[in-house]
Amino acid sequence: MTTSNRSPTPPIVLLATDVWKSYDDGAIAVLRGVNFTGFQGETVALCGPSGCGKSTLLHLLGGLDSPDIGRIAVNSRELKPFGNPLHLLRHEVGFVFQLHNLIPDLTLEENCLIPTVAAGLDRKAARDRLRELTDRTGLSHRLGSKIQKLSGGERQRTALCRALMNKPRILLADEPTGSLDESTSAMVFDLLLEIVANEGVTLVMATHDRTLAARCGRLIEMRDGSIHEPF
Amino acid sequence: MIFLKLIVTNLLRHRIRSLISIAGIAFSVAAMLTIVTVLQGAVEMFSGILSSDSQIIVFERNVSDLFFSSVPSEAVQTISSWPIVQHADPVLFGIVSSSDHPIITCFGITDADARLRKASWIGGTREDFGKDPNGVVLGQRAAEFMSATVGKTVEIGHAAFHVVGVIKTANGFEDGGVFMPLSSAQAFFHKEGSSSVITIKLRSKEDIPELKASVRRSYPSLVALEDEEFTRSYSQFKILKATAWAVGGCGLLLGGLGVANTMIMSVFTRIREIAILRVNGFSPGQIATMIFGESALVSVFGAVVGLLIGTAFLFALKLIPALHGYVDTSVQPSVVVIVILLALMTGVTGALYPAVYATRIRAVEALRFE
Repeated sequence: MTTSNRSPTPPIVLLATDVWKSYDDGAIAVLRGVNFTGFQGETVALCGPSGCGKSTLLHLLGGLDSPDIGRIAVNSRELKPFGNPLHLLRHEVGFVFQLHNLIPDLTLEENCLIPTVAAGLDRKAARDRLRELTDRTGLSHRLGSKIQKLSGGERQRTALCRALMNKPRILLADEPTGSLDESTSAMVFDLLLEIVANEGVTLVMATHDRTLAARCGRLIEMRDGSIHEPF
Repeated sequence: MIFLKLIVTNLLRHRIRSLISIAGIAFSVAAMLTIVTVLQGAVEMFSGILSSDSQIIVFERNVSDLFFSSVPSEAVQTISSWPIVQHADPVLFGIVSSSDHPIITCFGITDADARLRKASWIGGTREDFGKDPNGVVLGQRAAEFMSATVGKTVEIGHAAFHVVGVIKTANGFEDGGVFMPLSSAQAFFHKEGSSSVITIKLRSKEDIPELKASVRRSYPSLVALEDEEFTRSYSQFKILKATAWAVGGCGLLLGGLGVANTMIMSVFTRIREIAILRVNGFSPGQIATMIFGESALVSVFGAVVGLLIGTAFLFALKLIPALHGYVDTSVQPSVVVIVILLALMTGVTGALYPAVYATRIRAVEALRFE
């Protein structure tokens, strides 16, 4: 009897097949025949100059937009063009943006609980999850603070907590540290990698920062709406 | 809780704008409450005059106003003689004026009339009424504004009358009115041999259908209606009520436009925030509920404040001596419920377009412009 030393290939959680996307009635072609595969638990960095289609690809993978041509599948379910991505956004995918996009008049706690309210999550379960995430991100002492009172790093960590509240298996991050200074950026990114590793979350991150990108499991280069993946 | 906080937070974020909207609804509700209550009170007061110790009112068919109704005296005598009738009282309505008051309601009645029987006599006695063709009984308020007492002479219209009594009644119209012997009133108003209405009390309520049929058969030009039936169907009352609701409705419409403006601004200034909620799993329904919730909150606050203002205004009206007895400040619960529902409906209707707009915000487009 022989045994293989190879670890089995993790399941595919994100799949983009020959995806084309343009804006302004085709005048601006953003994605040109993109093929992308994301495996469970891996961390992927999308690098490339502004306008190369990184954010657009993230939006399509998260169901926020539909491709003109091509197919997107998340957790083996193909997304319908212009379909309702509610289940996807509530349970399968979390988003973190360059700007924290928190609601200023609410507290850190209330901002984080928004996805649980949307998904109708049990209140106790939601608070347990909040405690777990804020403990990990070092925000538990700031729960009652208004967003205006938080530092840039704390805001971005709050956005990270919010994105992970409903335990999505996929985290799509668009320049998550782009608005932070270097040291805060490194600290937030460390935290991001630690949490996604602990939770087994697939991370796809668009970034300009080559140093951060190099710390991801896979780096994908995008240019002019196409993927140039180094082997 | 967070959902509610999202609603409240947004209203608090733009306090002045929210307050203006609340004030718009409040003043509309106050106006509607005041107009409807005053007019309904007036209608009830007038129908109270007709239903004084009676169940049926007989008047000329198809007249637009009871002041123009003409019921022949012969009909009064005949109807009074029917065995099912306990008493039938003719009343002739007229409008007269004195030097200070352009409009005074005048009632031409017999000495057997229920108004005289039921009233509290402040001066004179019931027996004095009708003995002198020029003798009139004044309502207490009429006596006050004419500065008249028993024994004095008052000028009404182009004639002078002796005051033979002063009575107090609960009805504002009656309290501010002049009661003349029927024959004197007929002569004064040039309506000899007729009255405006006959108010009838039957020996048994079960005889109402029979009386109606008898009147229809014997006097085709007259109509007999039960008091409630009359109040419901009398065109003047209908017009008054419709006018009250229409004027109030216009006020609410203006308030609704204020809410619509607030909600449109509210949505337009936080497109990005709505996009973020969508990205975090809010459904279009939840977004719409949030917008409608804001407008409903504005409307409910506005309605409550409006009810308080309206009630205070009604009490203030009641305190004005000239309106004493004319304004019924008892706000009917049904009116309160209708006003609140209308305010809510107005608010929600005002939020319709903003809510639809908010649900159509595409998160990806709002987020693209960071």
